[in-house]
Amino acid sequence: MSQAFTFTIDGVEVRARPGQTILEAAEEAGVYIPRLCHMKGLIPYGSCRVCTVLVNGRPQAACTQPAAPGAVVESEVPRVREIRRSIIEMLFVEGNHFCMFCEKSGNCELQAMAYRLGITAPKYPYMFPKRDVDASHPEVLVDRNRCILCARCIRASRDVDGKNVFQFVGRGAHKRVGIDAPSNLGETKLEAADKAVAACPVGALLRKRVGYVVPVGRRLYDREPIGSDVAKGDGRTGKGG
Amino acid sequence: MTENVESAVRTICQAYGYDRTRMMDIVRAVQEKLGCVSGPAMEAIARATGTHRVDVESVVSFYAFFTERPKGKVVIRLCNDVIDRMQGADAVAQAFCDELGVRPGETTPDGAFTFEYTPCIGMCDQAPAALVNDVPVTSLSSDAARRIVRSLRADPDPRKLVSRLGDGNNAHPLVQSMVLNHIRKTGPVVLAEFVSGEALQKALAMTPAEVIRDMKTARLRGRGGAGFPTGIKWEFCRAAPGEKKFVICNADEGEPGTFKDRVILTERADLLFEGMTIAGYAIGAQAGILYLRGEYAYLRAYLEDVLNRRRSAGLLGRDILGKAGFHFDIRIQMGAGAYVCGEETALISSCEGLRGDPKNRPPFPAQKGYLGFPTVVNNVETFCCVSRIAEKGAGWFAQLGSKGSPGTKLLSISGDCRRPGVYEVPFGIPLKEFLEMAGAEDAAAVQVGGPSGQMIGPKDFGRTICYDDLATGGAIAVFGPGRDVLQIAQQYMEFFIEESCGYCTPCRVGNILLKERLERINCGKGLPTDLDYLQELGETVKAASRCGLGQTSPNPILTTLKNFRAAYEAKVRPDADGLMPSFDMRAAVAQAELIAGRASVHMEY
Repeated sequence: MSQAFTFTIDGVEVRARPGQTILEAAEEAGVYIPRLCHMKGLIPYGSCRVCTVLVNGRPQAACTQPAAPGAVVESEVPRVREIRRSIIEMLFVEGNHFCMFCEKSGNCELQAMAYRLGITAPKYPYMFPKRDVDASHPEVLVDRNRCILCARCIRASRDVDGKNVFQFVGRGAHKRVGIDAPSNLGETKLEAADKAVAACPVGALLRKRVGYVVPVGRRLYDREPIGSDVAKGDGRTGKGG
Repeated sequence: MTENVESAVRTICQAYGYDRTRMMDIVRAVQEKLGCVSGPAMEAIARATGTHRVDVESVVSFYAFFTERPKGKVVIRLCNDVIDRMQGADAVAQAFCDELGVRPGETTPDGAFTFEYTPCIGMCDQAPAALVNDVPVTSLSSDAARRIVRSLRADPDPRKLVSRLGDGNNAHPLVQSMVLNHIRKTGPVVLAEFVSGEALQKALAMTPAEVIRDMKTARLRGRGGAGFPTGIKWEFCRAAPGEKKFVICNADEGEPGTFKDRVILTERADLLFEGMTIAGYAIGAQAGILYLRGEYAYLRAYLEDVLNRRRSAGLLGRDILGKAGFHFDIRIQMGAGAYVCGEETALISSCEGLRGDPKNRPPFPAQKGYLGFPTVVNNVETFCCVSRIAEKGAGWFAQLGSKGSPGTKLLSISGDCRRPGVYEVPFGIPLKEFLEMAGAEDAAAVQVGGPSGQMIGPKDFGRTICYDDLATGGAIAVFGPGRDVLQIAQQYMEFFIEESCGYCTPCRVGNILLKERLERINCGKGLPTDLDYLQELGETVKAASRCGLGQTSPNPILTTLKNFRAAYEAKVRPDADGLMPSFDMRAAVAQAELIAGRASVHMEY
């Protein structure tokens, strides 16, 4: 109906259709904008802020900001890279992320993003929060120590699985993924094959007994950095679990 | 017991048409009835409204005034805002705790009392203050705290605590509060006398487009702080497609140090409601919502009464003032203790019965707001200006104040000043002149616009209060020479940590990290490099946060770094010995020493 238009990302002209977000248009053009809470097939959420870009000089989340004709978007510039690094480091210190013995290692988007952005150790102090683990479900484990509050499980369960197993409860530093049951995950309708489980970018929602089917060293991000698929144009974004 | 819960909840849900968008009212009513919103109650609400248990829990757990576990029959919430603490809230807290035998956040074993802290309740001009259930008690002392507890033990009805009524409508039979207005200076726009109906009559004689044109001619800008032109907002909303439209008044005045809306709601409710009605006419809305912060629940019965009187007078309802086809009514939506709901999209979420999470923009509320319909959200004071513009004309309004900021502004001033209270001043007034008016000549630091605004020092007191210089939603907090601005900044950061909704990473995590480092400096363990760390982290949180809360939350640190740098430099010291001052060797090895049963060999260091 409406006309396609163009805008630029780091000086490169990108085509977009009205209604597309900056991230979607970039993706189609083979330009990767780092992100964590965004996942293809889920409603854009804009919570992690890793996809922050400068739009005509103003910081915006590329996953929720509509592309606009003639907009000048800056993504791989020092100021934006620094913001992204800071956010990834915040997520690391906020939770308890022990990559060396996490079975998600190598398939974890948080870990992969840290590698991509060149983070070796966070500059912020660890918070070492006390978080709980729920192993009540026969096939799925919830480990909130590794949760980054991206809402991918919440959106996938509600909008794709049609189950509403998860929802945020509490606010601020007390915010966590709650479950639709009086006490634990085993009481919900969650199934191992649910999109909600596969949607977790980290090791917070794990299928039991399949953690080491693919050995460490031969996993998704062991082979190539996160985002490589977009640059190659095969659009497998968000494939992490 | 469970059956009682089920039937009580069903009755309440029925009263709200089993409508889950009325979740705030349902949860509030269930809590009033059952004392808390327990798991079984959440399940019953979910069943009755066709939603999920976890969605109800999501709402209950978001708002500070809702609780899943039983609290005391009487809940004492002491305001722990910076101003209250300056004026003795800590001693008052101690007295409450001693008298009740509890620590903050605890309930007495007999289930009679809960004592807890709450952020600014809009009573900084009569601090320290607390809410006893819904009843405000002000100008507290340790003695008063002990008296209050004893009196409540004898008679648990908090209304009995009010022995001396406040001025104006605070003494109204439906308010019966000890709160004082402290109106120190009236002005021609908001605090002048107002006769209901005159402004509306004049507005209805015009076309909606002409009303909007008048708001633009008057160059009215939002009074909440952001300063968006009201007429343009209305025009967007009027033009937006939608089978219904809504007018929402943001009376969630939560910025610490702001209490001017409290006074407007008490003394000029008609002026406000008339402005909302004019807005309804201008944009083509039939319904309005007053989102009233939970802390002002004591004004609710009075405000409902004002609405009823307006209905009887034909100022609300169908064919208003005989204008065929113009129907408009207003309902009151109670908040429940969440500062972030002052952000307009979070406020809309809350009105829709959801967590007070801000929404992604675009779409803007004027395009898609409440329940997806085009919605205008304006501040209490803005609607008052609307009425006065309709009554006295756009030209009359535009010549008040300064060139870029027409009209007057209500300022609430508190802290180290002799005449705290509410002042209606023309825009463009130099801060210095205003400080003299309020008896704050020896101010050493002034927080303009609350913690989300800026902390400035005497070199900036010559600047003027207006949109283009010192912009403020109305909060002016004064700090005298003896105050420690870094301690104040730390307390404000604690406030933002408490009030962040937690949706986005920078605000949820960044504010905690900012406070951690400032606290380290305040403990004398800061390094000179910590100042750059704070600056960079603060700028990141501002740039990357999703809504206005996170985009302004680092301001207590960033503006003190800018304007009170010497105070920081006096507290940090270089690491001459190459060790981090924040690393405590003794504490680090304490546990190992305990296990080993001997002192560490490093201890001579």
